[in-house]
Amino acid sequence: MPLDQEIEFTLNGGPRRVAVNPEMSALTMLRETLGLTGTKYGCGEGECGACTVLLDGRPVNACLLFAVDCDGRELVTIEGLASDPVAGRVQQAFVEYGAVQCGFCTPGFVMQAKTLVERHLGADRNAIARGIEGNLCRCTGYRKIIDAIASVASAK
Amino acid sequence: MGKAETESLIGKRIPKMDAPDKASGKTRYIDDVNVPGQLIGRILRSSRVHARIKSIDTAAARALPGVHAVLTAADVPDQRAIGVSKDNLPFKGDVVRSLRDEIAAVAAETEEVAAAALKLIRVEYEDLPLLTDPLEALKPGATLIHPEREPVALKHPEALRPWYDPDNCQTGNIAMSFDYTQGDVARGEAESDAVVEDSFRLHYVTHCCMGVSGVIADFQSNGNLLLYSNTQVPFLHRREFAEVLGIDPGRIRIIQPPIGGGFGSKLDIYPFEPIAVFLARAARRPVKLIFTREEEFIASPTRQPVLIRLRSGVKKDGTLTFRSVTTLHDNGAYTSWGATTPFVMMQTFSSLYRVPHCDYHTVAVYTNNPYAGSFRGYGNLQATFAVEQHMDRLAEAIGMAPLALRLANAQNPGEVTPQGMHFKTCGLKECLSTVAERSGFEAKFRANRDNQRMPGTLKRGIGMASMLHVGGGAKIYPSDGCGTILKLDDFAHVTLITGASEIGQGSETVLSQLVCEELGLPMSSITVVNNDTDITPWDVGVHASRTTFIAGNSAIGAAKKAREKIFAAAAKKFDLPAEAFALRGGLLVRADTGETLIDLAKFLRSMHFSEKAELVMTSFYYEPPSHHQDKEFKGDVSAAYAWATQACEIELDTTSGMVKLLKVTGAHDVGRVLNRLGIEGQIEGGIVMGQGYALTEDLMVKDGRIRNPGFRDYKLVTAPEIPEMDISFIETMDGEGPQGAKGVGEAPAICMAAAVANAIANATGVRITELPFTPENVYRALAAARAQAGQRAA
Repeated sequence: MPLDQEIEFTLNGGPRRVAVNPEMSALTMLRETLGLTGTKYGCGEGECGACTVLLDGRPVNACLLFAVDCDGRELVTIEGLASDPVAGRVQQAFVEYGAVQCGFCTPGFVMQAKTLVERHLGADRNAIARGIEGNLCRCTGYRKIIDAIASVASAK
Repeated sequence: MGKAETESLIGKRIPKMDAPDKASGKTRYIDDVNVPGQLIGRILRSSRVHARIKSIDTAAARALPGVHAVLTAADVPDQRAIGVSKDNLPFKGDVVRSLRDEIAAVAAETEEVAAAALKLIRVEYEDLPLLTDPLEALKPGATLIHPEREPVALKHPEALRPWYDPDNCQTGNIAMSFDYTQGDVARGEAESDAVVEDSFRLHYVTHCCMGVSGVIADFQSNGNLLLYSNTQVPFLHRREFAEVLGIDPGRIRIIQPPIGGGFGSKLDIYPFEPIAVFLARAARRPVKLIFTREEEFIASPTRQPVLIRLRSGVKKDGTLTFRSVTTLHDNGAYTSWGATTPFVMMQTFSSLYRVPHCDYHTVAVYTNNPYAGSFRGYGNLQATFAVEQHMDRLAEAIGMAPLALRLANAQNPGEVTPQGMHFKTCGLKECLSTVAERSGFEAKFRANRDNQRMPGTLKRGIGMASMLHVGGGAKIYPSDGCGTILKLDDFAHVTLITGASEIGQGSETVLSQLVCEELGLPMSSITVVNNDTDITPWDVGVHASRTTFIAGNSAIGAAKKAREKIFAAAAKKFDLPAEAFALRGGLLVRADTGETLIDLAKFLRSMHFSEKAELVMTSFYYEPPSHHQDKEFKGDVSAAYAWATQACEIELDTTSGMVKLLKVTGAHDVGRVLNRLGIEGQIEGGIVMGQGYALTEDLMVKDGRIRNPGFRDYKLVTAPEIPEMDISFIETMDGEGPQGAKGVGEAPAICMAAAVANAIANATGVRITELPFTPENVYRALAAARAQAGQRAA
């Protein structure tokens, strides 16, 4: 077994130091080493988006990111959005517009949607649909997810 | 008091109660649950599709540090077979019959150690002949896949006639058969002016729940078993686990963490579940076993692949005369619920439209393929695909419009079909006319047909299909019951303890709505407990679109009892008859004037302190008495039936075969809308799931191996591909339904593939009877039709 490596990074706004196996994904580190289970394992190959986190402000699939590559960077998970005003609006919209059913994909969608509305305020439904193309949902048929994001993107 | 407070909750857009936690990542699914001291379980599956196991060497795996248990069939001599036909031993010891087969399992300190241990297990195989086509498995002399099983006695060997001489084929591989007859098909055929016949081939798809399968087995110190399980049917599973493990069912407690998608996949017990229990028993530690996504694709059930031979007739005036059906189901290597889908398919064949004469014979055949389970729609997507394409074919044969033929044969409210299904409410005609009007069906249909031979490679098509499905529970077990416990505390806070499981469909929200409606309380005043067999009352599980109907009626029953108790106490206090009161906006009021008498919370406190009130209500709801289906499958299977029509508009590129779904216009007879937000979500999600079945999803099984076990190659519909959706609700107010509602969970996925098939025919004049309509398959079908037309011309 390879030796663990110590890394330091910013996690949800605070400094974090953790020893990780060089083969470990950021997803495994978050879920198993750090106990942050809001980020979900859906496929492990970057196809479903359930593990979307923000790395230096950009949405990435945590399953495709090595934990050691988080060293010196800034990572935000769904748990880190608790006091983020934009994310709060997105989450509220997901609830009110019925964008949540089984909910397993929802944290990943929220991460993606928060970035989308921050970067593309006023995005139309087509742009929103393309923006969430990398996230799979088996329950909702996506329409209510697009409704929810559009309501935030078009506000103000 | 304000008017808003007295408004009914029924029909409103009520957000799901569990949505805030889910949207903030707080919800803990089974993979998020960790039990102190737990080990990680992993399963070694067969690398051969059909083979005799010559030896299994686990010595090196057992010796690996961090490994606590390594098990094979030899270590679990008391294991018993599971599944619908009890033909599936959790550990396979002598023969593997499919690639998913479980040979050994390990429990280890970590995922890494467990994975390393699996690699150290050596298995020697001796290959057996491969049977991956049900037609091959029926050939005379074909190897028996389950030689230990008694052959199924065919009541109607003629069922095999479209494919084989019944006297000269291998019936030993038949896993199950169904036969149904009404009237006299020969007479129906003699009365027909037009007869059409086709073969339809339906492919493999799988559930793709976003949360992978998993279980945690934890023996308590008194020997009782605590299972954290994703099951949709906790009470039935408790009994089944007890049988497998040879222990008293009362010693098994099932806790269901929130489920990352069900769609029917969690209706059966699968080998990984008893295996986790065996590991926990052997290691004397809790064992958590979670699938990888690849494993989920390989070792989960599929939708049933089917060959359908359908022959139908019609008179010139548009009256249907007969329908004669045979279906051949690929059962896979073991028998799960997929084998019983003919039970649902026959309802569509016999009763979606009025057909005087109908026969249906079916066999499910063992192969070395993956095995099929239950999947939203339960055979009805397949049956509807065939029946609704034939409605268009028959209409064409007699020169009638597709809509007119459907309206001429649609069921009416009050009808009892020759199968004995009693349609107390039926909105099929309203569904048909609503969809036709809102989609502009007839004009578009004619324009597209006229455009078929015009130049241009982009063709438009519109097609429609209708469906009939159970909407008032399903009497597939001797009973279809659900229990409720309701407690009311001093603050007018209600706890609803229900047997009905929440699997993402929104049951806890709609059940809460029904209770709050009865008690005049806001949604904020209710908590639901629904996930622990030690607490919740008995229920037969989430299936057959039954929860709103059955559990809803049960919850209303308990709420009405609470109301009666409150009114009885109020009668004494206010010296008025019990009928004089009403509950509105958290208040006890006079029913006639609306005058506030007392705050309900205050009144409940006084009932507890001075009346010694027992504000715990229990109720059970069982399906209403009806003529239960007999051995000939005649009779009612549900207390109510759901209806729908959907029209699909497509754009088809004849140069690539690409079909783009532009718009779906749907009308659903749902009895009554309870939660508009929830029902829209069910229907939109079902439409897109049906879109995937029709256009993109294809679990490619070749030589018994799944070629695309991942989302990269198994193509789910993504957000930019969804169609425009126009959905109407037909409210027929079912007399037995809770507030008039009927079940809707499965309905929206059922019509889609059939409607798209009809749209392709409308766009191109070519009828394709095989799914899926991927560009390659559509292109090949169009090219073949062109070649055939060319031959005819020459």
